[in-house]
Amino acid sequence: MNTPDLKLLQGIVLDDNEPVFSEPWEAQAFALVIGLYEKGAFAWGEWAEVLSTTIHSDDGCTPYYELWLTALETIIMQKSLINETEVANRKTQWQAALLATPHGKPIELQNAHKS
Amino acid sequence: MSDSKPNSHNHDGHSHDHHHDHSHWSDMDLKVKTLESLLVEKGYVDPAALDVIVETYETKVGPRNGAAVVAKAWSDENYLEHLRENATEAIAELGFSGRQGEHMQIVENTADRHNMVVCTLCSCYPWSVLGLPPVWYKSAPYRSRAVIEPRAVLSEFGVKLPQDTKITVWDSTAEMRYLVIPQRPEGTQGWSEIKLAELVTRDSMIGTGLALSPDEISS
Repeated sequence: MNTPDLKLLQGIVLDDNEPVFSEPWEAQAFALVIGLYEKGAFAWGEWAEVLSTTIHSDDGCTPYYELWLTALETIIMQKSLINETEVANRKTQWQAALLATPHGKPIELQNAHKS
Repeated sequence: MSDSKPNSHNHDGHSHDHHHDHSHWSDMDLKVKTLESLLVEKGYVDPAALDVIVETYETKVGPRNGAAVVAKAWSDENYLEHLRENATEAIAELGFSGRQGEHMQIVENTADRHNMVVCTLCSCYPWSVLGLPPVWYKSAPYRSRAVIEPRAVLSEFGVKLPQDTKITVWDSTAEMRYLVIPQRPEGTQGWSEIKLAELVTRDSMIGTGLALSPDEISS
């Protein structure tokens, strides 16, 4: 195989053995965008624009899928699919579920009401 | 929890365990689960469809798709002509269709011209033929430098082109994605498409690499 010397590139870090997604939340965030698009929640061009704006307003240090997730939140709000109160309430519910779920057990929203 | 008594205590048979071993999520996990659960409840997304999307991109869609397209283009003049006229259709013919309704265009490398692809806006990429983009493709340095100094970027990838080879940089958009058809390596006359496809690397289809030579795969 041809293995060029890829050390010390000026800012371009080449890591070819990376998995497609490095953590499960990245895969979920990715799939949510595709799923919403396929259900017609937004046009692909609209998504590209929001993602592009998010990326360009960043200092270049935020990991890609964190920007992807921020863009997802933005487009969800723009399209009024969910409102901020719903998000805040749901976060609180999940946090309660986490506290009520022993380590290693599946985390489910119902757990929040069990304690 | 700062109140960390080792023992749980009961009031009226109701357990108040201090769950020192409760579960943890990162902020990102919490954000995604919050959005996902709300979107599923409201019917904007279907959880089974989400699983299929992840599985598809983790295991089924990748640069082997593009390599099959390139190998066929090298072997079959009619197919190459079809790619030139309507790449979206010709690629779909092999079973690889874009999910985002994007149009595909091929750009052919020759002895005089080298093509490379970038997305300066964000990270548009021909997913159906190459899978998801590598980290460097999405990075700010690649997005800016590929346009400003493509020759320098190429040399960092180990690609040294003759000075008189022209370099064209194609900027992808949400609507238009490019697939580079690298030059067919010498010494591959009579090779089957399957064998040819082994020479086609992901980077050679982005234009940051060249197709491998027969020696490189035999060793």
